[in-house]
Amino acid sequence: MSAPTTVIQFPERWLHRYAVLVVFCTLGLIGLGGLVTSKGVGMAVPDWPTTYGYNMFFFPVHLWQGGVFHEHVHRLVASGIGFLSIGLAVWTQLVERRTWLKKLAWAALLLVVVQGVLGGKRVVLNDVPVLGIPGSVFFGVLHAATAQVFFCLIGTIALVTSPWWRRGASMPVIRGAAAIPGLTALILVQLLVAASMRHQHAGLAIPDFPLAHGHLYPPTNPEFIAALNQRRVEVLAFAPITAFQIHLQMLHRLLALIIVVGVWIHGYKSLGWGTVAARWGMAWSGLLLLQFTLGAATIWTDKAADLATAHVVGGALSLLTGVLFSLVLQRAKVKGIEDNSCPQPRRFLNPLPVATGADVASWRPSR
Amino acid sequence: MKTFLAFGVAVGAAAALHADVTGKVSLKGTPPPEKEIAPLKADANCGKLVSGAPMTRHYVVGADAGLGNVFVYVKNPPADAKGKAPAVPAVMDQKGCLYEPYVIGAAVGNPVEIRSSDPVLHNVNFQKSIAATPNPTFNQAMGPGAKPIVKTFANQEVFVKLMCNVHPWMFGYIGVVDSPFYAVTDKDGKFSIAGLPDGKYTLVFKHLKAGEVTADVEVKGGSATAAATLEAK
Ligand SMILES: [Cu+2]
Repeated sequence: MSAPTTVIQFPERWLHRYAVLVVFCTLGLIGLGGLVTSKGVGMAVPDWPTTYGYNMFFFPVHLWQGGVFHEHVHRLVASGIGFLSIGLAVWTQLVERRTWLKKLAWAALLLVVVQGVLGGKRVVLNDVPVLGIPGSVFFGVLHAATAQVFFCLIGTIALVTSPWWRRGASMPVIRGAAAIPGLTALILVQLLVAASMRHQHAGLAIPDFPLAHGHLYPPTNPEFIAALNQRRVEVLAFAPITAFQIHLQMLHRLLALIIVVGVWIHGYKSLGWGTVAARWGMAWSGLLLLQFTLGAATIWTDKAADLATAHVVGGALSLLTGVLFSLVLQRAKVKGIEDNSCPQPRRFLNPLPVATGADVASWRPSR
Repeated sequence: MKTFLAFGVAVGAAAALHADVTGKVSLKGTPPPEKEIAPLKADANCGKLVSGAPMTRHYVVGADAGLGNVFVYVKNPPADAKGKAPAVPAVMDQKGCLYEPYVIGAAVGNPVEIRSSDPVLHNVNFQKSIAATPNPTFNQAMGPGAKPIVKTFANQEVFVKLMCNVHPWMFGYIGVVDSPFYAVTDKDGKFSIAGLPDGKYTLVFKHLKAGEVTADVEVKGGSATAAATLEAK
């Protein structure tokens, strides 16, 4: 039975749509996880994998109170993502011909299992030091970072299963785009710094922005830190502010500046790279502007939980956009990434929209 | 880091009826204003349990600048004081979704009873992630009507911090010392330590925000008075 190779088959289109669904659900899950940390309720359910001794799927609803509600819903939705990932791996295995993509889908499933275990360890080993770091911080940061990597994996699967990618219209090698993967890596570093700040549960180490404690770079001597903690009227059970947290917050601000400027420069450059690249460049620049604003708003609202969480979600989207933008731009260089099921990409037929002349032209900007 | 300023010690040698060390802790300076605990009020379950605006309790300042919630203990207790039971049992309650009292004392090796008077779920969480602790940590749930949790601490630690993650604004402190000779100042800054034998001692006055000062005191005829001043910077 040989289907025409130029037609993208029905199950493959649905695989793409399904992958996009998993991307959105994962973003929601990152938001829920971020909310758990923003609210400081990670330990509201002290046990794992059980929930107050119950099988988590049978935990009585009347006990879903306060922080327990957030933590429990996070665990339930996470299980849902686990099931969705099984579906994604199996489906990809069945309908996909690209071996590397099948492997990627299974890798995503493996990662989400690891991620679940990391989430559990963050709770169970809350107090056990790992490499001299409290388990709550070590596993919390690792859990947050793995979430981002998983999100990017699923996003990549969604991209490369898209008809647009399958069509195989390859990008010309664009000069000046080499920094984009670097900026993306910097965003990942930034998310690690951010997670390290958040998982110390110390609230805002620096309450003002753009200045920091009224300085360009705040003092961090012991007397200053002691006075800071003494004057602070914390409503939530925060850990004391340390000098390390102030340095970390300053690093976060510095990285933010470098990333925003870098992304905007490349967003501007992308305008000359054809329609598709320009769209990605603009979307990325817009996201970074939003993300920067959310970061500032988080400080100005004394870390309101909803804004801090939106900032986490914005970070995930900024990272994913960078990863996908890099993939799109690098496609021309990467061998073997093409969908072999479409050997004649541009003679692609219905039922998907045919690449128009304008579309094709947009890949090749006039020099 | 501490802002210790003036401290004065008056030693009274009168053979009083009460064989106590009594005194007062005062606060110098103006503390930052307390904040309303808005998330408590907003919580579906806890909001119903409180009337008015629940406030943070970092600085409790009463009559004549008396500073409440100062943990006072003897730094160099008599050798045989170790493990002795205190005069009053250590009880920490959870009431209106707050730890009540905010600060209590406890003696090493003696039971601390953690109760809940609330018809809601709490988790009593003592964790190391905040700061290194010589004592084993725990995290236990207390549903409505739960029996009190009884804990003993094997090592001196000022302060053990309890928190609840169901209600992240809930935190309270236990000053754990290796003798029964301790007290927590009342809302007017007054305290009394009973049963300390005659001798020379150093008292430690420790407040969560205003820091720590010490004062020497001599107990004669079973009683003495002491005073200390902490400063809000
Ligand atoms: Cu509680």
